[in-house]
Amino acid sequence: MQVLLRSPNKIMKLSKLGSFHQSKLSFLRSFLDEFKDWEYKRDLFDLDKKGYGTVIYSFKKKERVYSLICFANEIDEEDRSDRVIATKWDAAFTLHDGTPSKNDIERLRNEVPKQEIGRLSYKELTLSRANKSIRIFNHVVDSLSKGNQPDLKLIEKVGYLYRTTAVYGSGKFGLADRFRIKNREEINGPFRLEMMLVYLVRQFTFDQVNHIAKSKNPRNAVKLDSKICKKLGIGNSTGLGMAPFIVNHPTLLNNWILSREIALKKIREIKIIKSNEIKIFKNSLSNSIKHITSWNTESEYQQNKINYLLKDVQKFLKFLETKFTFGASYPFNEIYLWLEQNTGDECIEYIVSMMMEPFDYIIKPLISQMSSEEDLYFTIPTHRTVKNLKDIIEKRYSDILKINFEKEENIKNFWFISKNKEEPRYANRFEENGSDLEQPLAIARDIKKLHGQILISKVNLTIDKFLIKNSDLRHVVRRAFVIEKFPYSEIQDNTIGEKVIPIDMLRLKLSFFGALKFDPRSDKWLRISMFQGAPLPNELKNFDQQWIYNY
Amino acid sequence: MKSLSEIDTTSKRASKAIGFSWGVAEEIGKSVRLLELFGLEGIKTLNRYYNLKIKEKFENLELINKNNISKKYPYCPIILGISFLDQIRNLEKFEIITFNKISFPLLVLPFLSRSSEIIGKKINISFEKTEFLLNFNVNISSNLLNKNCPDIANNVEIKIIDNKDNFLEQDWKSLYKLSEETFVEETDSSKKGAAGAGLTDND
Repeated sequence: MQVLLRSPNKIMKLSKLGSFHQSKLSFLRSFLDEFKDWEYKRDLFDLDKKGYGTVIYSFKKKERVYSLICFANEIDEEDRSDRVIATKWDAAFTLHDGTPSKNDIERLRNEVPKQEIGRLSYKELTLSRANKSIRIFNHVVDSLSKGNQPDLKLIEKVGYLYRTTAVYGSGKFGLADRFRIKNREEINGPFRLEMMLVYLVRQFTFDQVNHIAKSKNPRNAVKLDSKICKKLGIGNSTGLGMAPFIVNHPTLLNNWILSREIALKKIREIKIIKSNEIKIFKNSLSNSIKHITSWNTESEYQQNKINYLLKDVQKFLKFLETKFTFGASYPFNEIYLWLEQNTGDECIEYIVSMMMEPFDYIIKPLISQMSSEEDLYFTIPTHRTVKNLKDIIEKRYSDILKINFEKEENIKNFWFISKNKEEPRYANRFEENGSDLEQPLAIARDIKKLHGQILISKVNLTIDKFLIKNSDLRHVVRRAFVIEKFPYSEIQDNTIGEKVIPIDMLRLKLSFFGALKFDPRSDKWLRISMFQGAPLPNELKNFDQQWIYNY
Repeated sequence: MKSLSEIDTTSKRASKAIGFSWGVAEEIGKSVRLLELFGLEGIKTLNRYYNLKIKEKFENLELINKNNISKKYPYCPIILGISFLDQIRNLEKFEIITFNKISFPLLVLPFLSRSSEIIGKKINISFEKTEFLLNFNVNISSNLLNKNCPDIANNVEIKIIDNKDNFLEQDWKSLYKLSEETFVEETDSSKKGAAGAGLTDND
């Protein structure tokens, strides 16, 4: 039996993309798999009694070493802010390529805590900073110093000791460009080194609380129980900075979504499912319920989504127990078709992610196809004709062409780069200044405009001639030829309309990172948790592959 | 040191700010990145051009012919470069294309370099005593290493070079003869057992 890939017109809608969940394809999970047999070490631990100072961790294999350098600083309470516009943080981190020399450490001590206004070098790969979650950090230190383990309820409610507010890579602020590392065997998936940084930062948070507790009360202090450590991840506050990324990297976006879609298609095409595969799927599903019920958010929007998810998953469990048998042929196809008929997007995508759990032989080859050589598709094939372009647009953007951009509601917002922080922002075009400096992220509107120009051009005109008079549409001409080859490269929605929920774009990207517990704080930023439940570095050699559901 | 990613982004944004469309600005970002990657003064030249562009006029050459003469102003290197890149499949037939004056010719190079890759032929650009050879977008050779590229190039000639050997047959034969010394004389039995040496190929 052959199952078709799901249509981009259905999948690439913002509401659908905003319902994606982590899966075995997610970058933090594939990072752990890739680095599980690397040698982990804490190379330097130089903190004072209050936990301020320098710590270095490394992953090593043969001649290759990656070192995380952590600088923990004392800051005033009023300086602690999760906004990207903050200038001081409790700790700042960089991932250094190799073993840093003393000179490197001194250089980085001056630069890394400054973050965006510091300068890194080609020897550094990623950069980040984080703030303590004060209520839990202080509670954990106090408890440990008194010889007690912290309150599990609080641990589970918050889920992390530190929250990062940005993780930079790929040439930002002088960091190494991707071309320097992309051919390394271990960098065979996107965001590998960003994930390594976050993972090692998590270990730093445990080592720091243990150290402070011990310094406070050397006689009675105990270490944070490793089972509790595993319940803790790293928090992250994420704003609109992520949203333009998925518009600006169309072939990369395609490769992420396409991998997911191919995985689903292949799983639906399996005729007979083995008993151990059924067991993995069923266990993951039943264990995941507690994650849904412990998913805390004050956002009404997200609460509704969680409620629907819980209701639908329970409905699905009942269906599995009473009306379904894995003995039938193509059972996952049956399950998928049932989900489409009986549940909402949140649940469909949740179960789709879970279907991947038993099938490493399908998932692992896909992981190495999730990067992209974007420059290969940058040059516009100008020998093609207007007819070719028209056909592509009408085939690939059919829903976009139905939008009326004469209506105010459909052009209400615009994307711009803020002057003070060089960060993407989103504003009402009719209420705020700056729409003349709009970023080229209103792809739907510009595609429709391009289509309008095409309709009044000669069909046999070649693109080089068409561009002479339509230079303002060059960016979307390029995209149209990209989507011809990469059908999942474009969001099939209007990103500037009145009804857009920008966090849907963030959620899409974060789900591929492997983030959990999306907690929207407005329609423009949210908090998440990463690596919650993940094995600790000393457990990497042999860990439970379904850790994400089983902690 | 600035990363290539920073160079790309800043060049793109500056190009939009100076008045180019986003699509053209994207091309400029990639071009300056390429120049800097090849060790040429992309950022410095773009900056000088944009400082001058505010005050002076340049001719936009949107449709390139075999011989291109601007009567008043020198050609804008960006528009000329993009037109060249877009129209390369038509220009290929001319073999030699001339321009009477181009401002900041260094900025044209990345577009020629990418054009060279598209048609699979080397492209040579020369003016006065300066010469660049664009090799399939793999590298840029020049006789201008460590010297400033002029701000104006007069009597520019762009030559599309046919794919042919740039050595004499005599040199090739001599080298090939030497390479033969790594070969071993075959015996009769090894000839019989070699691939394709069966009795029939219709099995």
